[in-house]
Amino acid sequence: MAFDEVVRLTRSTYCLDCGKCTGSCPVARVDVTYSPRATIESVLSGHPEELIDNQHLWSCLTCRLCTTRCPSGVDYPAFVVAARAEARKAGVEGIYAHNAVMQQLMDIMGRPVQQNRTGWLTDDVQTSVRGDDFYFVGCLPYFDVIFDDLGVVSTESARNTVRLLNAVGIAPIVSNDERCCGADLLLNGDEEGFRRLAEINVQVIADSGAKRVILSCPECYNAFRSDYPRYVGPLPFELVHFTELLAGRMEALELGELTETVTYHDPCRLGRYLGIYDEPRAVIEGIPGVELVEMSKNRANALCCGSTGWVNCGRCAKGIQMERLRQAQTTGAQRMITACPKCRIHLSCALKDAGDEIAVAVEDLAGFLVRALGG
Amino acid sequence: MSDFQPRIVVFACNWCSYAGADLAGVSRMQYPPTTRVIRLMCSGRVTSGFILEAFRLGADGVLVTGCHPGDCHYISGNQNAVVTMEKTTQLLALLGIEKERLRLEWISAAEGARFARLMTEFTAQIRALGPSRLGDPDRHELHRLTVPDAVGVDA
Repeated sequence: MAFDEVVRLTRSTYCLDCGKCTGSCPVARVDVTYSPRATIESVLSGHPEELIDNQHLWSCLTCRLCTTRCPSGVDYPAFVVAARAEARKAGVEGIYAHNAVMQQLMDIMGRPVQQNRTGWLTDDVQTSVRGDDFYFVGCLPYFDVIFDDLGVVSTESARNTVRLLNAVGIAPIVSNDERCCGADLLLNGDEEGFRRLAEINVQVIADSGAKRVILSCPECYNAFRSDYPRYVGPLPFELVHFTELLAGRMEALELGELTETVTYHDPCRLGRYLGIYDEPRAVIEGIPGVELVEMSKNRANALCCGSTGWVNCGRCAKGIQMERLRQAQTTGAQRMITACPKCRIHLSCALKDAGDEIAVAVEDLAGFLVRALGG
Repeated sequence: MSDFQPRIVVFACNWCSYAGADLAGVSRMQYPPTTRVIRLMCSGRVTSGFILEAFRLGADGVLVTGCHPGDCHYISGNQNAVVTMEKTTQLLALLGIEKERLRLEWISAAEGARFARLMTEFTAQIRALGPSRLGDPDRHELHRLTVPDAVGVDA
């Protein structure tokens, strides 16, 4: 797509130069040299090359906070993602976190590999070979290896999600052949890599005969809901986030009492992208004895976990994460619950460096619910 | 596949292993022309990303070499390499890439003969495994992109 087409589609020409985006931007609060407003301005004034060659192109978290506040409705994250695709064509890439191991994994998963990714399934969880429901796990088995030193076991979250589904009478299909959803490749501007993964995933799910895909990772969910149809056409199955599924069936879970005060961190994709604010809160408040307190920045105003697309992680990311942890601390909650495995990893990373300053624990939603389930 | 010439990426540290390779060279020791040596300052510089990229680009095997334990020019870089190798081996297992395609060896600057012997040995090991399934699709007919059938997993 030509760059002026991108500018048109993202409504960038309607920019009023008001600067609300830069005032809202979590990156700009830490790195004062970053400005979404100035970025748009430089492109509109006829210098798109300044954007392509600028490392700031990779600073945007695509958290969408600016877009929700923009009086002209400029879709800045979409503009950034499109610009990254252009940059990539020109051979420019961002500085990838974790020595680009995620990018390598995503690329390799787009090839004919025969993975061994279901080792996390234990005897006490029920899954099916065929059926109506497919549980899309995402990259969690890979996260376990890469983030071992953080002490975050991401597949525990997958196991707990299946336990919760079992408790409401669902034994989902878990496939050894699913791939990464590709959301981060798209954020890195790799449209072809994304399309490849999307095609494989849709084929794998269609072949399983499932009519509905249950997801626990908000990034996967958003990729399936918002991006897959644009790249591979309408999907031959329904999509549901596990909190949407559980919200109406809390009685069936027969949860025990937990006397805890917790706060909920809205992942950007689940919140601002998909508008799912109430369901996670409903399942948390559905646990008897749990008190849910809100952080000062919640729902559409929630602060991002500081890093997306496994790119440009650094001082800025850490600053944003610390601010989020402090917001959680201020609520007086013992735990910050998040529904996103990546938020959990990023916030746990910051927590590890925070030392005594922060006394809040970070826990994933499925694990929290399973504790009430008595699991 | 007798005509199969493996493509092997060798990461060699500047202080020991690369010098070992040099010694093998100046001593006119013979070993198969299957290796591409990449010099790094330390085996501790090798990351999972490097190794996976080598496989992604079609390497049939990756050999990481460094100073013997206790001899690292940077005191403990080779200990980091051990941790990286453990993680990468687990990632390869998840991806279904044979763990025998990746190996870590210590080669000192005085061990030219050991360098030549390990290159020969590792080449034989990779020849026995055959080409990597991530290799060039045009080079090996078994690498046509096919979407495998979904296999559900019983509890």
